[in-house]
Amino acid sequence: MSATTAPSPATTELRPGAEVVLRALKEQGVEVIFGYPGGAVLPIYDALFQQNAIRHILVRHEQAAVHAAEGYARSTGKVGCVLVTSGPGATNAVTGLVDALMDSIPIVCLTGQVPTHLIGNDAFQEADTTGITRPATKHNYLVKRSEDLAAVVHDAFYVARSGRPGPVVIDLPKDILIKPAPYTEAPAASTPHRSYRPVTQPDMEQIKRAVALLKASKKPIIYAGGGVINAGPEASALLGEFVRMTGFPCTNTLMGLGAFPASDPLFVGMLGMHGTYEANLCMFHSDVMFNIGARFDDRVTGRLDAFAPNSKKIHADIDPSSINKNVKVDVPIVGDAAAVLRAMIAAWKDDSTAPQKEAVAAWWREIDAWRSIRCLAYKQEGKIIKPQHAVKRLFEITNETGRDTYISTEVGQHQMWAAQYIGFEKPNRWLTSGGLGTMGYGLPAAMGAQIAHPDALCIDVAGEASILMNIQEMSTLAQYRLPVKVFILNNEYMGMVRQWQELLHGGRYSESYSEALPDFVKLAEAFHARGMRAETADQLDDVIHAMLAHDGPVIADICVAKDENCFPMIPSGAPHNEMILGPNQEQNARAVTDEGKVLV
Amino acid sequence: MSATDIRNATIAVLVENEAGVLARVIGLFSGRGYNIDSLTVAPVDAEKRLSRITVVTSGTEMVIDQIKAQLDRLVPVHKVSDLTLEGPHLTRELALIKVVGRGEHRVEALRLADAFRARVVDATVQSFVFEMTGNAEKIDAFCALMRPLGLAEVSRTGAVAIARGERVV
Ligand SMILES: Cc1ncc(C[n+]2csc(CCOP(=O)(O)OP(=O)(O)O)c2C)c(N)n1
Ligand SMILES: [Mg+2]
Repeated sequence: MSATTAPSPATTELRPGAEVVLRALKEQGVEVIFGYPGGAVLPIYDALFQQNAIRHILVRHEQAAVHAAEGYARSTGKVGCVLVTSGPGATNAVTGLVDALMDSIPIVCLTGQVPTHLIGNDAFQEADTTGITRPATKHNYLVKRSEDLAAVVHDAFYVARSGRPGPVVIDLPKDILIKPAPYTEAPAASTPHRSYRPVTQPDMEQIKRAVALLKASKKPIIYAGGGVINAGPEASALLGEFVRMTGFPCTNTLMGLGAFPASDPLFVGMLGMHGTYEANLCMFHSDVMFNIGARFDDRVTGRLDAFAPNSKKIHADIDPSSINKNVKVDVPIVGDAAAVLRAMIAAWKDDSTAPQKEAVAAWWREIDAWRSIRCLAYKQEGKIIKPQHAVKRLFEITNETGRDTYISTEVGQHQMWAAQYIGFEKPNRWLTSGGLGTMGYGLPAAMGAQIAHPDALCIDVAGEASILMNIQEMSTLAQYRLPVKVFILNNEYMGMVRQWQELLHGGRYSESYSEALPDFVKLAEAFHARGMRAETADQLDDVIHAMLAHDGPVIADICVAKDENCFPMIPSGAPHNEMILGPNQEQNARAVTDEGKVLV
Repeated sequence: MSATDIRNATIAVLVENEAGVLARVIGLFSGRGYNIDSLTVAPVDAEKRLSRITVVTSGTEMVIDQIKAQLDRLVPVHKVSDLTLEGPHLTRELALIKVVGRGEHRVEALRLADAFRARVVDATVQSFVFEMTGNAEKIDAFCALMRPLGLAEVSRTGAVAIARGERVV
């Protein structure tokens, strides 16, 4: 354990390990912990019972505890905290941990463990938690000595939030939770960590090179990702300042939505597999690309050898391993997004070269022509509710309320429609599972956001299949009176699976029909929530209004068109300029190659 | 070097001497599909509680850069150094080689061992154990020569390496 040698004043008073853990959590600023009890963590539950500083939220499944902590973390910028028992408690948490790892969300997860003398004996509810979670976390610890306990907790929080954030597990044998342990305070922020010291301040030479490239650019694009959100609201403000001072087009990744305001005319929408036509063509035709806090994910690049073939690439990221991983870049910048943007703004002002005003104006005319295609247009005709229309009306009507709104999603078509039709003006308002694509993420994530923001509107845009993966959390909503709204786009299909089967597997809809669905209205009622349903287009607005007006949890079952596909779409293995815009184009789209078919 | 050229890299990694650190490094290589030609580890500084891992790997320049960046972001890793890239360095490996045989074969084995500067560290009337240090090629060559003479068992440490001159990791 790397924190043990950091000399911090140890108090002589010894307290039971569980109390020491809670004290360290408190010192780290933890106010809420999402958890589920069990034998190995009973000492912590006992200590929780005897204090008031930390609020415990009892979830109904450990996976949901982690997603709730993610929702809490993403909507606040704080580290989310989880407490689960040994064995099945820990293994149930693994999906959430990997989700947080992929999306760089700071989480500290405490797991119970059998007492140290039983480790390795296949004891009751023993699992090799550090072994299982090693590739599922940014780092993990097994505490074997009482004197390390407090220092490990402090170290875990430092690791979770520093550099590229991520989930950290602390495995706590039960004897360590019971035995008296000394308390050590967190090392001062100025004390350098023994081994983990991520670079946050960018190299000024690279910043100058980046600015020189951008000033000379005739077809620039700024491509901003979740790293900007992770760097705190200031980074988003600086991004806005930089984009406006350059007048360049800006696109956001799925994880970056809200980093730049959607309503700004310089915003060209989300990019990637289901991004806008204009955003993807900007990428394809750009001559200089400035990637800040995004990782050239395969959902974004499409076919790598045809990705933005003529552009010089600047990549700023806090994680050096993200740079030159998939795409070879011309200017690598390692640093925190806010620090990089601040440096870019200063360097832009310092550099006396004039930007390519006229060329960029011509570039905007090109972009406007792409925009005029209106790639997200749809026709709401007749009685059947189009899913796009449902999301658009949800957005418009929530906007009219003027309330601060947090949107989470499950995974599937509804997730992409939410990303396309809901405009985010601010960071930290959009909670979606991007990297792992975890169905069942949205309800617990909305729950976590609602805990952090009791007065805000927290909505989970869901699919009828995904919502069943963590539906038990309706019970948690009831217990804590959390007024989360679950807005189900019920197409009676695992729509995204059905779409791929339609486009890639000859329309053989193998196992993608949502058979034997529950009655979601009755289901809501069974969970002490309000259930409502819209079956026809004329009922949609009323249901949305009623949902927002109800001061408690709601499931709104929105029966939408069953066969709608999500467009635009860059088929797997295709380059950005071979985008399918809509159903009429499916036929003329180049058949997906076998190479494309192996991709997910 | 072009983007598709494969090169070898001997990488020295200074890590916290703590439980699990080797598993992290090995898991990183297996999880991300990198090659491990050889990997050795031992504590090198008791006071600072540091261990040194030497990994010999191969890949394109982009992959090797990735390997180094991925190693570097492991929390207990202090320092990652690409000895191959950074200049002249020494690589050594130790092998214990057992040869079982009688008569002419024994004489020949001893003669060759002498030529390779392998030491006899154990002997019976029917067997020898040779100890040899060198680079991997030298050990490979010696083992190949021993095969027809009764090579019975080989135990090798894998490579350890250090930069020449005053340079330190
Ligand atoms: C845990 C998990 N299992 C499987 C998948 C694969 N998958 C992706 S989308 C999807 C269908 C989702 O259906 P639904 O929730 O109804 O959303 P829709 O696409 O219909 O909007 C499936 C099965 C996944 N992403 N996550
Ligand atoms: Mg569905």
